[in-house]
Amino acid sequence: MGIEVSLEGKEIVYKRPKALTDAVTHYCPGCGHGTAHRLIAEIVDELGIQGTTVGVAPVGCSVFAYNYFDLDMQQAAHGRACAVATALKRLMPDKYVFTYQGDGDLAGIGGNETLHACNRGENITIVFINNAIYGMTGGQMAPTTLIGQKTTTSPYGRTTNEGNPIRMCELITTLPGVRYVERVAVNTAPRVRKAKAALLKAFKNQQENKGTSFIEIVSNCPSNWKMTPLASNKWIDDAMIPYFPLGVFKDQ
Amino acid sequence: MGETLLMKGNETLAEAALRAGCEAYFGYPITPQSEVPEYLSEEMPKRGRIFLQAESEVASINMLYGAAGAGFKAMTTSSSPGISLMLEGISYIAAAELPCVIANVTRGGPGLGTIQPSQGDYFQAVKGGGHGDYHMIVLAPSTVQEIADLTYDAFDLCWKYRTPVMIMMDGALGQMMEKVTFKEYKEPVRDISWATRGKPANGDRRVITSLHIQPEEMERVNNKLQAKYTEIKKNEVRYETQNCDDADVVIVGFGLSARIGTKAMQMMREKGYKVGLMKPISLWPFPEKAIEDLSRRVKGFYVLELNAGQMIEDVRLANEGRAKVGKYNRYGGMIYSPDEVVEHLEPFCKELK
Ligand SMILES: Cc1ncc(C[n+]2csc(CCOP(=O)(O)OP(=O)(O)O)c2C)c(N)n1
Ligand code: SF4
Repeated sequence: MGIEVSLEGKEIVYKRPKALTDAVTHYCPGCGHGTAHRLIAEIVDELGIQGTTVGVAPVGCSVFAYNYFDLDMQQAAHGRACAVATALKRLMPDKYVFTYQGDGDLAGIGGNETLHACNRGENITIVFINNAIYGMTGGQMAPTTLIGQKTTTSPYGRTTNEGNPIRMCELITTLPGVRYVERVAVNTAPRVRKAKAALLKAFKNQQENKGTSFIEIVSNCPSNWKMTPLASNKWIDDAMIPYFPLGVFKDQ
Repeated sequence: MGETLLMKGNETLAEAALRAGCEAYFGYPITPQSEVPEYLSEEMPKRGRIFLQAESEVASINMLYGAAGAGFKAMTTSSSPGISLMLEGISYIAAAELPCVIANVTRGGPGLGTIQPSQGDYFQAVKGGGHGDYHMIVLAPSTVQEIADLTYDAFDLCWKYRTPVMIMMDGALGQMMEKVTFKEYKEPVRDISWATRGKPANGDRRVITSLHIQPEEMERVNNKLQAKYTEIKKNEVRYETQNCDDADVVIVGFGLSARIGTKAMQMMREKGYKVGLMKPISLWPFPEKAIEDLSRRVKGFYVLELNAGQMIEDVRLANEGRAKVGKYNRYGGMIYSPDEVVEHLEPFCKELK
């Protein structure tokens, strides 16, 4: 944009994946959504599936995901991405179908759609961004908000009276329709690489039609956590991961 | 023309959808429409089409959104409480301009109500129900034959205008057995260049959304929808009249009420009253002009509805105070008999003589 650089004699080692548009995202600086988007786009490029992938955007901060992915996309009603994806995949079994959803969307209002899509073993990839808060609406309590965590609707800190933070990977793992469940994070470089490997597997799994692949990305929301990006990445280590342990829960 | 069959209303709806090339059905069981998913669960897989019992009506309507957004011919059916659950999705579908068919085999409400027939969902169907300025085309059959014909029409209209179409019929029609002949279905040319089937190699990506955060843009989207609705109002009004030429009083009723109204009209004629009947078939767009024209000639309208009086508001709007408007209603699953209608209609007619 604007700056002309000669590439003569130089090797390009980092550039925008083809599956991302050149739109500037609306995500706050340091937000994990951007990283997660990039990983998915890199995978689409590497698998060469830009023309055979249909994504489903949620309601939440990533509602505009369709402006950033250079893919055919549908924007679903709040929580209903898995229902939309169910229809897409059943009608187009040869296409790659993924949902991209926040914790309010996937575990709160859409809990039922998520559970049943997984229980039916829909051959889709579910990408779940767990940032323990409702980002888009201004930092209210989410189903994954930690005990003691202050949000705009739990100003005294969440107590068990508002329910315990829900561990979706553990819950989803019990469903026989689900093939692959892994929780990853994107707050350090090695974890980003691991997250990418998990996402790649989750997409590739669709080639075999053996059930749902579910990737939870423990992410941050510096703006609503009221932290710097750096501090928020540290909070993932200190508070999030102890309660939401990373790792593979199921791989069949 | 095919052979004449004796079929139940709900099964006719299912069979007509099959013949109209419905590629996907999503639904959740509820009386009095469960014969539709039962029939389709057997027939769709035989044809390599998609049948899926969803976990709820909320899921069904969003599956429909997905299917329609990918350019497939899709349908869901339900009954009143289930339709209430679908309203958010219907608003999204209307806003994203997705073609699909939704049938409401209505029952008595409000609340869990009763499984007996009712027309209490008129307002919900024609006045929005869901949020925002949108409309669905709403078609109301009154015979099993009409269920077959209007189901074909519903599939064609939703694609012609890229808009949801509702078939609204009360539970009695769904359960009723009558003769029906399925016409040959002619598949119209369908443009699916906008549908999400994977980004074309040399084209732009396709996005299905109803989000337009800039008010200027949202206003433009609304203008486009309103222009479409104006077009639909111009082209798609459907109704039937009987004995209206010399009528002093015209009974107005849709669905089951049109059937009962027809009998009541005949009985009134035998008694020497000049009574006609007007049956709106498209509840939206409502036959305003036909009512307006009649209102310049007749002395009264008598609105028969199996609800507390909903369509009567549209009759009054089109009538603009010209003719006298009377009504008779039963609700909560109760149905009037033609005798009962005549008993109440006769004094109304006498007064206007
Ligand atoms: C039916 C409905 N209820 C509520 C909302 C308002 N709303 C929009 S986004 C959102 C929360 C999203 O949070 P999350 O899924 O965690 O995603 P994040 O913004 O944190 O990425 C809510 C409640 C809505 N759009 N629709
Ligand atoms: S509000 Fe939070 S989740 Fe949303 S973009 Fe900003 S940092 Fe990310």
